[in-house]
Amino acid sequence: MTILVIAEHDNNHVSSATFNTLAAAVALKDTINVLVMGDNCKAVATSLSTYQAVDKVLLAEDPVYAHQLAENTSELVVSVAGEYSHVLAPATTFGKNLLPRSAALLDVQPIADVQEILDPRTFKRPIYAGNVIATVTTDAALKFLTIRTTAFDPVSETGSCAPIEPLTTVIDCDNVVFEEQTLAACERPELASANVVVSGGRGLQSADQFAVLYPLADKLGAAVGASRAAVDAGFVANDLQVGQTGKIVAPELYIAVGLSGAIQHLAGMQDSKIIVAINQDEDAPIFQVADYGLVGDLFELVPALTSQL
Amino acid sequence: MKILVAVKRVVDHNVKVRVNENDQAVDTTNTKKAINPFCEIAVEEAVRLKENNIANEVVVVSVGSAAVQEQLRTALALGADRGIRVETEQVLEPLAVAKCLKAVVDKEAPDLIFLGKQSIDGDNNQTGQMLAALCNMPQGTFASKVEVAEGTVAVTREIDGGLQTLKLRMPAVITTDLRLNEPRYASLPNIMKAKRKPLQTYSLDALGVQALSQVKLVSVAPPTQRKPGVKAHSVAELIDKLKHEAGVL
Ligand SMILES: Cc1cc2nc3c(=O)[nH]c(=O)nc-3n(C[C@H](O)[C@H](O)[C@H](O)COP(=O)(O)OP(=O)(O)OC[C@H]3O[C@@H](n4cnc5c(N)ncnc54)[C@H](O)[C@@H]3O)c2cc1C
Ligand SMILES: Nc1ncnc2c1ncn2[C@@H]1O[C@H](COP(=O)(O)O)[C@@H](O)[C@H]1O
Repeated sequence: MTILVIAEHDNNHVSSATFNTLAAAVALKDTINVLVMGDNCKAVATSLSTYQAVDKVLLAEDPVYAHQLAENTSELVVSVAGEYSHVLAPATTFGKNLLPRSAALLDVQPIADVQEILDPRTFKRPIYAGNVIATVTTDAALKFLTIRTTAFDPVSETGSCAPIEPLTTVIDCDNVVFEEQTLAACERPELASANVVVSGGRGLQSADQFAVLYPLADKLGAAVGASRAAVDAGFVANDLQVGQTGKIVAPELYIAVGLSGAIQHLAGMQDSKIIVAINQDEDAPIFQVADYGLVGDLFELVPALTSQL
Repeated sequence: MKILVAVKRVVDHNVKVRVNENDQAVDTTNTKKAINPFCEIAVEEAVRLKENNIANEVVVVSVGSAAVQEQLRTALALGADRGIRVETEQVLEPLAVAKCLKAVVDKEAPDLIFLGKQSIDGDNNQTGQMLAALCNMPQGTFASKVEVAEGTVAVTREIDGGLQTLKLRMPAVITTDLRLNEPRYASLPNIMKAKRKPLQTYSLDALGVQALSQVKLVSVAPPTQRKPGVKAHSVAELIDKLKHEAGVL
């Protein structure tokens, strides 16, 4: 049995989700190959080849893979998949876009959001916004899994030197054209992998008032997150949404400010180690999952917290 | 231009489901059902394209038991023209649903196919991508903006870290994210009118689809409950607890 991990990267750097996915592959206890698809991305392959978990890196470099479009990369995955028992990708927008497409081409039902590996064919995954944990099993000879990154601590041990094998198959795709991409530049840590997250909800009232959270986040070296209500109201960018349909986070410390704690929000953060809630409504559902609560006006409490830290 | 929209019947998003005593299933009896919120957004987008004279027909399709007719009627009341039900009593997994939808696509030959990005019961986020693969069509997943041009459609996608725009050649598959639009409510006259709109049913046999399931549900369980927390009475007390009790500062 050999496992294929599809690397997520931006042609320059390996994304942190790839290291969580590698950790899931390690949990399957097997030989691990990593597939890097992109353009001018040798640095990514070289970096991955130094990780002890990695036995071999497959590198497909061509301008047609520059944006890792699902239409052709899914076929490239299919072209190599025959040798593997499992194909893994992170359960990020990248992995969720690509992996089901590859699986369907091979007539396999993939398993999404794996949060625990019980044995090589049996997995736990959340359903109903995390209100239910399902244990599922599959007999498929080749299994496709997306990995819930927060459930697996990233691999970090380097010092190895795995071989890099070039893949020369070039699969064109003429039915889709990449137009543009705007990635929010952010000096703060990345939301999905941050140790501390400060999240705001509708209670922040406006984009200007949301800024009360930034000094707190900066003091804690925290990433900033938000509820859907805050995102929809335009307080912050869409990609900061935490929840069932946004990002899944599980930091050491999650501070929820002025958000009520709807089940869809809890789905994205209830595995955090310590949860702090600040809300003026002492009956807000967020207090049911919070380890520590502060009841009161956030516009008084947050500046006080920031200055006393 | 013809648009096909796939809608799923799910437990309403306000309901907190429970796990059955015997741990074998999620108890959904007597819970309120609704169109999956993402599918509602998909219907809305298609109807708007029709209202703007970009599309001329919107067909909605659902795979499931007789009960899904309720959601098809709702979609018709929201402005779709006709409905198709693919009949099955089993709960199909996304690959099997995608095969059913592929068979309908082959019959209907739509120019655009809208699905929700994710169903809020199974949380799979797979069916659209799998349908696109089976139909060999391009895919615009997690769409927050859709602009139709001559023979192509520009889809802005919500990806981790920002937004990406792709131009897809039609026919194409699009899955909807929450911010694509704000769905309307069905008016009473439209609900009445929807009762007379055509709704046809296909059996799996008639579509030539084999819907075997590959993934077996072994058991379900509630998530591990968090320990009840405490309220701090002051900012100073909170900081003290975070430092000395939780050790996270
Ligand atoms: C299909 C679907 C998917 C969804 N996915 C997500 C998701 O991924 N993530 C998500 O977050 N939501 C999601 N939602 C939305 C979710 O159901 C809630 O509507 C949303 O989380 C509410 O956001 P909120 O807590 O900020 O707002 P509210 O529920 O309005 O809460 C605001 C809170 O702020 C408090 N407050 C107000 N002023 C102050 C003040 N001055 N000081 C202190 N406290 C104050 C109030 O007491 C209140 O508790 C989804 C919904 C659906 C239907
Ligand atoms: N039984 C079904 N009938 C019709 N459409 C479905 C069905 N199941 C899933 N879909 C479509 O696929 C989308 C994604 O579902 P999923 O892959 O299960 O998360 C849904 O929003 C629907 O548009």
